[in-house]
Parts: sequence; C-alpha cells; structure tokens
Amino acid sequence: MNIEMRGINKAFGSNQVLKNAGFLLSDGEVHALMGENGAGKSTLMKILTGVYTRDAGTVIVDGKEVEYHNPQEAEKAGIVFIYQELNVMFDLTVEENLFMGKEITKGFGICDKKAMRKKAQEILDKMGVNIPVGATMSELSVGQQQMIEICKALMVDAKVIIMDEPTAALTQSETEALFEVIQSLRQKGVSMVYISHRMEEIFELCDRITVLRDGSYIGTEEIKDVDMNDIVKMMIGREIGERFPARNVKLGKEVLKVDKLTKNGVFHDVSFSVRAGEVLGVSGLMGSGRTEIMQSIFGNMSIDSGKIYIEGKEVQIKNPSQAIKAGIGFITEDRKTEGLMLEKSIEENVSLANLGKVSRNNTVLSSASEDSLVKKAIEEFHIKCFGPNHECNNLSGGNQQKVVLAKWIYTDPKILILDEPTRGVDIGAKKEIYSVINELAGKGVAVIMVSSELPEVLGMSDRIMVVREGEVRGIVNQDEANQENVMTLATGGTI
Amino acid sequence: MEKNKKSAGEYIQEYGAFIALIILIIGISIVSPEFRTGSNFLSLLRQSSINGLIAFGMTGVILTGGIDLSVGSVLALSTALCAGMISTGMPAGLAMLLALVIGAVLGCISGLLVTKGRLQPFIATLITMTVFRGLTMIYTDGKPISNLGDSFVLKLIGKGTIFGVPVPVILLIVIFALFYFLLTQTTFGRKVYATGSNWKCAQLVGVNINKTKLIVYGISGLMASISGLILLSRLNSAQPTLGDGYELDAIASVALGGTSMNGGRGKIQGTLIGVLIIAVLNNGLNILGVSSYYQDVVKGLVILVAVLSDRNR
Repeated sequence: MNIEMRGINKAFGSNQVLKNAGFLLSDGEVHALMGENGAGKSTLMKILTGVYTRDAGTVIVDGKEVEYHNPQEAEKAGIVFIYQELNVMFDLTVEENLFMGKEITKGFGICDKKAMRKKAQEILDKMGVNIPVGATMSELSVGQQQMIEICKALMVDAKVIIMDEPTAALTQSETEALFEVIQSLRQKGVSMVYISHRMEEIFELCDRITVLRDGSYIGTEEIKDVDMNDIVKMMIGREIGERFPARNVKLGKEVLKVDKLTKNGVFHDVSFSVRAGEVLGVSGLMGSGRTEIMQSIFGNMSIDSGKIYIEGKEVQIKNPSQAIKAGIGFITEDRKTEGLMLEKSIEENVSLANLGKVSRNNTVLSSASEDSLVKKAIEEFHIKCFGPNHECNNLSGGNQQKVVLAKWIYTDPKILILDEPTRGVDIGAKKEIYSVINELAGKGVAVIMVSSELPEVLGMSDRIMVVREGEVRGIVNQDEANQENVMTLATGGTI
Repeated sequence: MEKNKKSAGEYIQEYGAFIALIILIIGISIVSPEFRTGSNFLSLLRQSSINGLIAFGMTGVILTGGIDLSVGSVLALSTALCAGMISTGMPAGLAMLLALVIGAVLGCISGLLVTKGRLQPFIATLITMTVFRGLTMIYTDGKPISNLGDSFVLKLIGKGTIFGVPVPVILLIVIFALFYFLLTQTTFGRKVYATGSNWKCAQLVGVNINKTKLIVYGISGLMASISGLILLSRLNSAQPTLGDGYELDAIASVALGGTSMNGGRGKIQGTLIGVLIIAVLNNGLNILGVSSYYQDVVKGLVILVAVLSDRNR
C-alpha cells in the first residue's frame, strides 16, 4: 500500500501541533518516523488513521484521496495503529481480546467459541507465538501483550501497521521475536511505520527514515545513507555533541552497602555497594529482578533476609517513608502510574515530596516557600511549561521526567536510585537528564541507575552491575565494560 | 504547547453550581413570598447544617478515593448512646463530648476496615452502616430515648442563637472554615488529595496513605456525631431510625459540588454550594406544597443536570 501525506496542518486550540507535515510510505517497507517528543509523530499518524481530523492537507492512499473519520474506517482500508499504551482488556482472555468487536457468531449474537478459538490459534501459530488462547491477558508479560496487539492487526488483514514505541517495554528476547515478525511481515508486502527513540533499532530494522521537527516535515532519507549524528541533527536542528557528557568526579567514601539481600523466589544474596559521587549502572533483562531489588532497598517491597548499611550504619527500612528519612530517593520506572499525579500541577507534584520544606513545622503550608521552590525547579531543570500550575498531563514525557527528578532531588538524598530514567524521553531531554545525574554525582550523591538501554549504562556508569534471574552475575568497571561482556553476563554466560 | 485550561475549567465548574443555586433561590423567591423572608433563610441554613456537616466529612473521604455510607448509622448510634448516658444521670456536656469521641471511633472502625482490612470503601462502610444501625436498635430496643432533662448545653447546640444567628449555622460556618483551612493550607490536605489522586505516587514519596485514610474516616464519623447532637437537641429525643438515608444527601451534595467520585479532585466550597442547593430544594419545594414523592424526583433530576453539566465542562 502506498500512502502519501502532504501539507498536513493541525492545531489543538491555539496550539499548532502540525504545520506542513508530510510522509511517504511505499509498499513493503519499514519506515522509521522520528522526532523529539512533541514533534508531532503520533499526531500525524492519528490523522492518517482517523483519530483526529486534519485542518489542511491531503492524504492519498494508493492514488486515491481519502479521509477516514474514525479508526474503524482506517482499519477497514487495512491501516492499523498499535498504540504505545496497549489497548488490551486485562481481565479478558487472549481469544476474547483478539475478537473484540468482531466476534464470530452463530446468529442472534451467540458467540461461536469453537470457531473463534480455532481462528485465534491459527493466527498465533502464523506469528509463531506460543501463548495459550485461553490465557487471561493480565497473566501475560508486556511483550506477549504486544504480540497479541500485532495479532489483532493481522486479523483484519492489515496492509499498513503503525507501531508507536513497540519495544519500550519489551525484554531483549521479546524484542528479537518482534523484529523477526516484522521482517516476515515485510516479506509479505506489509508496510510498517516504526516510531522509536532507539537509534540502534532504527538502523537494524528500517529501510527509510522520515524526520519531523516542531510539527514540520524535515526530510526523508535512505537509512543506508545516514548515520546517527545526521539523524540527531535533523531531529534537533543542531549538533548535539557528545551523547554522554563527561564527568570528572573524585569518588568519596562508601555510602550504601547492601549485604546478601534476599527475597525468596525473586532475588537472592544480592550484595553491592555505592560510593559518594559514583554512578552504579544496573543492567539486566526485564524480569531479572533488578527493579524488585531497588524497590526492596527503598522499602516498597519486603525482604526475607539481608542487611542494608548507610554510611556504615545498619538501617531498618520497612517502608518508603523510612527510606526517605535514611536519605534515599527513588525514581520509579513508571512515571505515569507511580512517579506523578498526572492530573495535578507541577507545583503540587514537586511539593508533595518536599512537604517539610514548603510548610511551617510540617503542618501549615507556606505558599511563598512553595512558590519559590517550584519556580526554582522549573528554572533549574528547564521544564517547558506555562508555570507552576501547569498540569503534568499536558507535559511531554521528557518534561514529566524532569518534574519527577526535581521533586526527588530537592529532598537532598544521599542515595538516588533511578529506574529507567530516560524511557520514552527524546534525545535532547535525555542529555539534560544525563547532565543532572552528573551534577548529582559531582555533589557527592551516590547514584544507582537501572536501565535497559545498554549504550546509556555503558556511557554513564562508573561500574556496571549485571543482574540475571535475581542474582548478581558480576560487577564490571567502566573501562572493562562493553556491549558484549555485559550482554553475556545478562543472558547467563560468563566472562 | 497546550494552554493550561485546568484552572479556568475549575472556575467555570464552581461558578456553574453557584449560578444554579442563585437561579433556584431567585426562582422560588419569585413564586413564593413565604420563601423570601429572612427568618425562612435562617431556618433554611439551620436545616442545612445537619447535612452540611456530614457532607464536609464525606468530602474528605471522597477526596481520598473512598466513600462513607455509614454516616447515618454513626449519627444514630452516637446520638442514642449520648441520650442513654444523659437519661441515666450523666451531665449532658460530658455525654455530648463522649458522643463526639464515639463518633470519631466509629468512623475509625470503617477506616480500619478500609486500610488494615483492605476492604473496598463501599463494602467496608456498607458493613459498618448495617452493624451500627443494628447496634442502635439493640441498645434502644427500637424505642426512642427521651427524658433528657433540662441541660443548657444540649439546648444550645440545636436551638440556641448567638446574636440572633442559630448555633447550628455558626457551627456550619466555623467548621466549613476549618475544613477549608485543612484542605487548602496544610500538609495534611495535600496528603488527602495526593492519596486520592495517585496513592502509589503518594506512598513512594513517604505519605502514609493508611494514616491519611484513617483520619478522614475518623473525621467523617466525628462530623456525623456533631450532626447527631444538633438533631438530638432539636428533637429532644434519640430515635433509633435517626439519620437513616443521610449518607445519600451528603454524597449528593459532594457530587453537586463537583468533587470527583474517583478522588483527588474537588473543593469544600463546592460541597457547601451543593449542601445549599439541596437545602433550598427541600425548603422551597416544601413551602410550595410539592408532595414529598415529587420532591425526590425533582432532587434527583437536579443532581442529574448538575453532574451532566460538570462532565461537559
């Protein structure tokens, strides 16, 4: 299927999201759509699939001008959008999800379960996924749920599949499985639009790339003609320089020591330490237990045995409140469900972690100190917003993450744990976050950074701890670490 | 970037309920000369204090994402115990103080079921609502407790006036101010909103959400018992069926005031307006001689319109 979008404009209120945006998709290609958060990638695709109506411009599909009024019409034409936030019903089974809204019936609305089960199994087999059709969605991993979403797209015989950050929540092996599926779909002539912030994937997977910036079309290139710097330049309009800013910090004394931390069935005998000014990278596949280890240190998950020492003294941490008192800050991997009150303002979010600072005797709020704290946060962290009352829902991912960082950093932690600090964040904001981490380390904070992105871990850490199946497989110094040995440890090998 | 519409929207929302209240008052005033007298307004306010105090407590609970169905039963049980203590010779002032403590404790029992018992607030307070009502029936043997003597404090709280203003109205205003202060000016208020807005996030920054919830249920019980004392004073007896169905008017007032039933969003000013709308409807429709059967239908429709307009803001 050939798609041509030209001169697309779209405004929400006074906010011009797209101006003269465009996109060309040809038969059987995987086409990367890139741009910073807020560049208009998702909006452009939502216009194609009829979620939004355009203010101006033309959309031509296979030589005919079209306008879909809703996603169902686009789906009938063979264009399917797999959203970043999965559209699954968690309490229903795989089969029920696959057939939602298009059940096979025996007439009179009575479901033909047998026929549906058979067809569902066919689709799953075709995709080579080994998931029971009767399984409840909530039992599946995020990766498996993603696979089911793709199966849904295949059920309607899609000719174009749009994927928005499909690997954001996938493990390495799930990502590989997804890539295989994408390759086989490409061979069958299905075109794909692939939206992702992960450069490595773009180079591995895509044929061409189109870049949007500030809602406008910047250009389309053959992937073999460009390198990472070219793409970054197209995306942000300037050279970004060194991807990981340099850090020159003298390490201080040991701040955190974890000794044989164990939670039965999740992780066991986890021991490590972090020094003042040090960044300890934590690598491991999703589900390796790395997040659970951090949750336990922070007291949000109970442990069965093991000891935690802060500045040489053993501490008992049974809940987050005690962890905070002990000087630990924790930025969770999921900022939308755990990091922020989305419907609340920047001010309320930043204050909530710092109620002691913005009140007298921790009881009556002082709006003056609250104001100055939040204004300082907006300035220091370059949060793009209309002011302290800006609702966090309306911030881009990068700016939301900056709010989370600000609220924790103002608690003056001695130890800051960051779980996937740059997930879903564009490249410009990523670099700002790296700078913040470096600055913290410079001030003598012990930083623990958990991340699925290997380049990031390698680029930012003094040492890298690799976790696999709830066990520390090794701690590698920065000068010895590379993609290969970290991956080898993470997947069960030895070095 | 999108313009920040939230605060503007909230103004309209608050404004909307307020306009509805004014229209109702003007409308009924035009039709009925009896309605538009000063003394009727004072008695209207006095009537609204019962529901008002309960609704304030309910607002706190709903802001944390909960609900308290037990308020009517808490009111009945604390009032019955108070009346019982007075009729057996305890000084009325002491008995009334104890009634407040009992109310707060009963509220905390609901709170414990929600926090420690991990029951859904609807179920937890359905249980306490049923049990407390049953206990009231057992204690009173299903009969009203009268012979409450001639205590000054007991008379004062329901029937007294200060500079011509009924004491219940003064209580309503003072407690409203306290709630306003608590919810907008204190760290505790922030914790209440945070618990309802995103409890996971709140917990991770060290907010003790269970403590916060326990306190709002305790306050809700306390408010119910204050209402109960006003009723006891006015009726001069404790009926075992006292407060039956009061939770519904309270929840309706909170909803009318624009507070989200999912928690995290809402204002005590809104609840006050909701309380007044319900009071004006009750009082006005009575004066207009509308039968009570029709009154319920009208009340329901007004709530429907209010909530629909809230959704379309």
